[in-house]
Amino acid sequence: MTPPSGQKRTDFLHYLMARQLRLSLLCAICFLIVLLGLPLVNYFLPDLMATRLFGFTLGWFILGIAFFPFVWIISFIFIRRSLALEADEVAKAKKF
Amino acid sequence: MMFSPSLALGHIDPWIAAFSLITVAVTIFMGFRSAKNSKTAGDFFVAGRSVSVGWNASAISGEYLSAASFMGIAGMVMSSGYDALWYPVCYACGYLFLLLFIAGPLRRFGAYTIPDFAEGRFDSPLFRKIAVVFVLFIGFFYTMPQMKGAGTTLAYIFPGMPYWAGVALVGGIITLNVALGGMKGITLIQALQYWMKLFAITVPIFVLMFVFGGYNKNLAANSSSQSKGAHTATYSADGKIESEAAVSVITNGVARKPLVEKAPKDEAWIAPFGPLTTKAAKAAHLTPEQSRPYSLLYTYSLIIALVCGTAGLPHILVRFYTNPDGVAAKRTTMWVMILIGVFYVFPPVFGVIGRNLMPELYTGLTGIKGTDQVVLKLPTLIREKYGVLGSILSGITCAGAFAAFMSTFSGLLVSMTGALAHDVFGRMLFPESSAEHRMRAFKFAAVLIGAIAVILGCFVEPLEINFMVGQAFAIAAASYFPLLFMSVWWRGMTMTGAATGMLTGGICALCAAALTNISTLSLDKGPMGKIFGGFAPLNDFWAGHPLLRILCDQPAIWTVPLAISLMVIVSKLTAAKIPADVESKMLVLHAPEALGYRQDYIAEHTGEH
Repeated sequence: MTPPSGQKRTDFLHYLMARQLRLSLLCAICFLIVLLGLPLVNYFLPDLMATRLFGFTLGWFILGIAFFPFVWIISFIFIRRSLALEADEVAKAKKF
Repeated sequence: MMFSPSLALGHIDPWIAAFSLITVAVTIFMGFRSAKNSKTAGDFFVAGRSVSVGWNASAISGEYLSAASFMGIAGMVMSSGYDALWYPVCYACGYLFLLLFIAGPLRRFGAYTIPDFAEGRFDSPLFRKIAVVFVLFIGFFYTMPQMKGAGTTLAYIFPGMPYWAGVALVGGIITLNVALGGMKGITLIQALQYWMKLFAITVPIFVLMFVFGGYNKNLAANSSSQSKGAHTATYSADGKIESEAAVSVITNGVARKPLVEKAPKDEAWIAPFGPLTTKAAKAAHLTPEQSRPYSLLYTYSLIIALVCGTAGLPHILVRFYTNPDGVAAKRTTMWVMILIGVFYVFPPVFGVIGRNLMPELYTGLTGIKGTDQVVLKLPTLIREKYGVLGSILSGITCAGAFAAFMSTFSGLLVSMTGALAHDVFGRMLFPESSAEHRMRAFKFAAVLIGAIAVILGCFVEPLEINFMVGQAFAIAAASYFPLLFMSVWWRGMTMTGAATGMLTGGICALCAAALTNISTLSLDKGPMGKIFGGFAPLNDFWAGHPLLRILCDQPAIWTVPLAISLMVIVSKLTAAKIPADVESKMLVLHAPEALGYRQDYIAEHTGEH
């Protein structure tokens, strides 16, 4: 299809970027709360993080092992949502 | 538990040498073979943009898992404990930022390199010249630790071989390989090398865990109650325990050798805010209570550097252009996170077991400097029970280490050479040059950059591998990450704003990293101490100013916000210069491919695709 022009095009671009950025920011915030929260928990609740869990300390278990699957889940959700978003945008583009 | 005699000076273990040689031979062979198949300049730069998701994800992972991941993390976990875990976690999680904000749009834009993007997004050939500088800055900072990995591994395999000889040998081989094979050969090799590295780290560690107890059991042995008894042993110059009484004790069912004087105590090692993050405060003689806020600051700055830095590494970003489209770029990123995440669980295990069974590495007296060699050396402990199996496993980890620094170095070499040949030669100096001419420029640039990397690599023996890679990330975080992030998501950005922010942030981070390294090198007892000895008084200054030392060690916490705010402020001031067609550029970046706005930026210029 030919690129739309003028005000319609501007509106479409705003719409696209706003939706994509919102999804990205939402995922980023989930990630950052955990990533940036962990040092704070370490700082203020050292005894809790020193609790032993199968021989690991809780802090070690979270950072050394559990963190990786957590990130995979976020990225999996993001990709599914963003592909759905793109399909939807293609459909909506015809309206603009 | 004594050291196996075959590690004595001058004796080469045939198994270890054989595995390493095979790795090198396979790499060279594939480089030559693929040289036959890559003909056009497009093949050399981005492999014809036709690499599948699986191959590309393996190749990115293979390239990304460098000497820092393979050797450095284990060494740093052993020397610093919990705090070092931030490195593998953030190395892997940085890809999430790349996925969320950069990977898809960047691929849709369709340019070969970051300088291509910089020029295309702002219609400014001048900006290309500015942007290309950081490919080289970041690249050289990243090659130094790879070279250290090469030098230390070869010195371990061939005892007595000088450090610089190992650096020169590995640097030479890879430079030749890149000059002959280009990117296409490299993609295939990188992909296979990921699987090789995963094999080389998992097989030995599972055998070690089977013999000496699991990850959790070995970690459980590090409890403060145990270290209160404080048997510290002394080691003689050749790394043997001097007092016979101080041989291994069994704690919680796991054998443990007494720690040496230099090793951190259990409670500091296993808890957050340990030796790594408190070094500056300790040098300033602060109490543990006073130093905790400094440690928190250090941790945050490290996290910012690694997470943002991953999203701005030129040798990784160039690979996203080898995806056929933005969707494939996103899928690739997800697979990369899985592949490297699986890998990163294992190197710390070497550090944990190494702390229990090879504490003599803390002394730095047993050959190569410090704990960076624990991955190579730990499997030799199995020799006592299973004889030659220990040598084979040590050979496997050596082969993995080879794969690690060879693949990363070749990836860096490709992107740095690409910058020099494609940007400086092809675009700036001789825009009319023929394709054949450019190929020759590519080969010449590869040799030139390889030579500089080898020379730089010879200086860094006393520095920790992982720390140096962290510095490269910090520079990327303060230069390319803000550039990409802001250019992709903010229409109001101008070329002047982007350039000011990127240059200021990046150069501040670069200076901080250089200053830190010079301070450390000036304290070295070897030849580097003599060369850099004049800078030793810097360390007195740092002792008086722990906060400044941390901001210099880990500059990301101020350089990244500095770069971004400069971009915003200067762009606002120069708002009249916002590129006229910014909206069509943004549509290319953000509209799904199905809408057909996509245009490979490069196609307009070369007509090759």
